[in-house]
Amino acid sequence: MTLIEFQDVSKWFHHSGGRELLRTHIVKWFGRSRSRQERFYALKSVSFRLEEGESLAIVGANGAGKSTLLSLAAGLAAPDGGRVRVNGRIGALLELGSGFHPDLTGTENLSLNAALLGLSRRKTAELFDRIVDFSGIGDFIHEPLRTYSSGMIMRLAFSIAIQSDPDILLIDEILAVGDAAFQEKCREAMASFRRAGKSLLFVSHSAVAVRETCQRALWLDHGSVMMDGAVRPVLEAYEGRAALRQGS
Amino acid sequence: MQSNPPALLERRATCPKAMWNGDYGFLLHNLIAKDFKVRYRNMSLGVFWSLLNPLIMMALLTFIFTQIFATATGALFPLSVLCGLVPFNFFSISWGSGTMSLLENAALIKKVPVPRQVFPIASVLANCLHLIIQIALLLLSIIVFGRGVNVYWLWLPVIWGLEILFVTGLVLAFSALNVFVRDTRYVVECANTLLFWLVPIFYSFSLIPARYREVYQFNPVAALVLLMRNILLDGTPPLASTLGRLAFSSLFTLCAGWLVFERLKKRFYERL
Repeated sequence: MTLIEFQDVSKWFHHSGGRELLRTHIVKWFGRSRSRQERFYALKSVSFRLEEGESLAIVGANGAGKSTLLSLAAGLAAPDGGRVRVNGRIGALLELGSGFHPDLTGTENLSLNAALLGLSRRKTAELFDRIVDFSGIGDFIHEPLRTYSSGMIMRLAFSIAIQSDPDILLIDEILAVGDAAFQEKCREAMASFRRAGKSLLFVSHSAVAVRETCQRALWLDHGSVMMDGAVRPVLEAYEGRAALRQGS
Repeated sequence: MQSNPPALLERRATCPKAMWNGDYGFLLHNLIAKDFKVRYRNMSLGVFWSLLNPLIMMALLTFIFTQIFATATGALFPLSVLCGLVPFNFFSISWGSGTMSLLENAALIKKVPVPRQVFPIASVLANCLHLIIQIALLLLSIIVFGRGVNVYWLWLPVIWGLEILFVTGLVLAFSALNVFVRDTRYVVECANTLLFWLVPIFYSFSLIPARYREVYQFNPVAALVLLMRNILLDGTPPLASTLGRLAFSSLFTLCAGWLVFERLKKRFYERL
């Protein structure tokens, strides 16, 4: 079964960066037309499929459109052209821990985050101990989040996402989370996640992490797909290109 | 970066539907609890602020209009003020904080594909908790110092329900607008200051010149105050015409707000 399918997907942003004041709107109403605003394309005609049980890495330089691609797959943004189709429940790990509130305790944040990920009240209660165990946070779970170290926040966020057991896991550059022991635990959890026949969509700058986690890779450059195929050749081509650029 | 797109990219876009099918009740519960806890956790008086604010305002307005402007008569004046303050407080605070709800939850909106409506709705519902406390205060004062209970109190849930629908509609529209035009929150603050004088809080409805009265009743906050005084102070049944106008403007605002929200929500991600 195809879990994620992108057909000719494009996404553009305005150069203004989105933030607009009343003044800009008034100028727009009375002055020049909308179409003269400059756009830039974050994704241009991107097509790919993610099949069940597959894990796909997205590689590319900063600003290549990797995070935009993830946000489209997660249903956070709508494409401006083309079609995005998704089957199954997605657990998105975008900007880990950004949904947490510093004044709430670990327990409260856990509950809120689980609800946002789509878990029911009963399921959250069931998973509670497993999540806390996995995170290794211990008694700190009853303290407000502002007393946590940044590593602890990441660990809690990752534990909630992996334990919520989605069909597809979207991961945006997170294997740098926590200490060596926790990283090992993450790697194991992702391996068993894959063994269960689930799919991963993985964005990372670390070639080692990509090789370890994924069979397939998709190379994005300035919003276009440069190459899509087995991890080794794609990474070699991408790294070769990067080295070439550095050399010149 | 190219800025001239090939025409083929402009094809109609389709995005996946129903990406989120979680537990709405659990999510709302969590969002409301978050709002409440974040606001009161670090305060020693906590929820008592909900009671203190209207009491202090009531005392102040009573002092001004019985001692300084000395226009108010009757022992019921403080209660009449309270009948105005409770609906107005709920309205202005819900409108103001609801307008900010999407911006405040921007981190969540950019992370999870939950239906965007839950954030403004949760914000209004969180304010309903304060409303319940304040209504309890109002009803208790009426029982102790006023006329006591009468059969028309049965209308109160209907009237307050309509008011909540009205605020929800308004908050849906303004929270969405605030994403695009960040000045919206100041417009709301300004409008709230004006409304304090335009809603009959410290004056009685009968003082309003006849030619303005019809218009006044289309303002759901004014209509609510009028109905509160009808029921709680005069012990008369709510006027059908006022009730009708309240119902009309509440439902209209809710539908309009929902439509505005639906239209604008597609671009939230880029603008937040």
